[in-house]
Amino acid sequence: MSDLLQFIFSGLTNGSIYALIALGFCVVNNTMGILNFIQVDFVTLGGMLMFTAVLSLSLPMIPGLLLAVVGVALVAMLVERFGLRPARSDNHLILVFITIGLSIILRGVIKLIWGKNRMAVPPLTPDHPVEIMGASVLPQALWILLLTLVAIALLSWFFYRTSLGLSMRAVASNPTAAAVVGIPAGRIRLTSYAIAGALGGLAGVLMTPITTLNYDVGVLLGLKGFAAAILGGFGSFPGAVIGGVILGLLESLSAGYLSSAYKDVVAFVVLLLVLFVRPKGLLGK
Amino acid sequence: MTGKEKLLYFLYLHRTGLTVTVLSLALLLYPLYQSNPYTLGLSNLIAINVIVVLGLALFIGFAGQISLGHATFFGMGAYGSAITTVTFGLPPWPAMVLVATLVGLFAWIIGVPILRLSGHYLAMATLGMNFVFHTVLLQWDQVTGGPSGFAGIPLLTLGSFAFDDEVRLHYLLWGFALLFLLLCLNLVRSGVGRGLAALAGEETAAAALGVNTQVAKLKVFILSAVLAAIAGSLFAHTYSYISPDSFDIFVATDFVIMVVIGGMGSVWGVLFGTGTITLLPEWVDFFETYKDFVHGGILVLVLIFLPQGLVAGLVDMVRVRMVLRRQKYASDR
Repeated sequence: MSDLLQFIFSGLTNGSIYALIALGFCVVNNTMGILNFIQVDFVTLGGMLMFTAVLSLSLPMIPGLLLAVVGVALVAMLVERFGLRPARSDNHLILVFITIGLSIILRGVIKLIWGKNRMAVPPLTPDHPVEIMGASVLPQALWILLLTLVAIALLSWFFYRTSLGLSMRAVASNPTAAAVVGIPAGRIRLTSYAIAGALGGLAGVLMTPITTLNYDVGVLLGLKGFAAAILGGFGSFPGAVIGGVILGLLESLSAGYLSSAYKDVVAFVVLLLVLFVRPKGLLGK
Repeated sequence: MTGKEKLLYFLYLHRTGLTVTVLSLALLLYPLYQSNPYTLGLSNLIAINVIVVLGLALFIGFAGQISLGHATFFGMGAYGSAITTVTFGLPPWPAMVLVATLVGLFAWIIGVPILRLSGHYLAMATLGMNFVFHTVLLQWDQVTGGPSGFAGIPLLTLGSFAFDDEVRLHYLLWGFALLFLLLCLNLVRSGVGRGLAALAGEETAAAALGVNTQVAKLKVFILSAVLAAIAGSLFAHTYSYISPDSFDIFVATDFVIMVVIGGMGSVWGVLFGTGTITLLPEWVDFFETYKDFVHGGILVLVLIFLPQGLVAGLVDMVRVRMVLRRQKYASDR
């Protein structure tokens, strides 16, 4: 019984991370209609900036976290403005390949600045496991759950209560009509990249103390985040969260009860199954 | 027509055949001038990559689909040949045919559901497939040798003639590459190829004109998988050692970069794109450090400024210039 609870906790922790990354994918997809491969590297970059902020600049945890998240959001805006926008193409084949190219470049920058070694990022609070109903949980896991909820709350507030958020939803539901009523496309694209960057960065900051950090840690996390987004229905925000949690649970349960060697494969088997059986996902339109 | 015009017309009419002939002659004579085994080894690697990229170029450029998973089929060919020849002791050539057939079957089975997807979904599904394959290679170590790789794969032989040095391998590998190049050149000019080009342009319109789009996509997918598998078998027999890292998702993206640089939808571009990306590390000394910048930068810049690919893009630019000049000439008179 306590085993099961343990697996459920670790599943929820990973699931929250996948949900954050999946939300990042959805934001960009909804406003720009493209698959943003760079999301993967935003995750890595978040962890790297946190590493520098805490260990090199010796900032306290919370300012370090904020700095890392804002830093990734800024980088994301730069990437959109100077990498993606000059393409001015509506051919999705070209746009997808451009995001792949930009992702390779960003990974190169990260490799150049922080090197190829594995690094350890300190957790937000010291690692003294907490006992909850017989399962021992790391404080970092609780932080992940808490901050994911905060991020989701902030996002809902942004999308339903601010005018920028409302215009982004307008673009998502009908880009042409949004353009007709004068919603500036450029600002929407920049904002969606900033949000995607912030979400990816937050995921990186929270997850790298658990996984350890190196220049391509985001690739696997990002791909699983994408699988979560597809599982929930690509583009649906509640779907992204639900997909993330389900994927996290499936992964930790299969690692616990079946085999941990193929743990990383679960996400992709689920991804392929969903795509074959119900390509629009659980909550997709 | 004057004699000069006749000659030019003849050259124009037979441009494909003539280019293939010139290329074959150049490749036939190449080892006479170039005896450095290292350089020959590089051009052999290009030949292997060309075979994979040809199939992928058909899939991307002519069927308009994205695959980020062709390293899977390449790896299946390589590991398939390794396992059938070393573990089961089959002779290499029949093993190669068997493996290519099995990979074709696999592509068929996985292609039926996977090709109902398009765009991003297809890109991610193929990427996922490649990831699963790479993990299996690493984890299933009783069969694949795991992270340390698979060694001792026999060389290819014809009777008592073994393909054991770079010159012999040069003829073997480029022979295969040219054969498949001809196959693709003929395919894109056949009815099937025209249908595929229509499919890449606009799927609905192609379907309305009577192209069975699902079947056409599936056929190209299987063809590209079989080509990649054969290239993989050749790769395994050439180096007699393979490891999972030659077949991961980054290799799969490199194949895509080769297609894009050569020009999506250009068979000749394949030679150029593959050659460029394979040789880049040799030309640029600081390449190990800046590899990602060069690869990513080339990909992004080509897509932004010459989305039809480097060669096709430059040729188009020259053509436009010439037409403009002719118009100016006509209006001046």
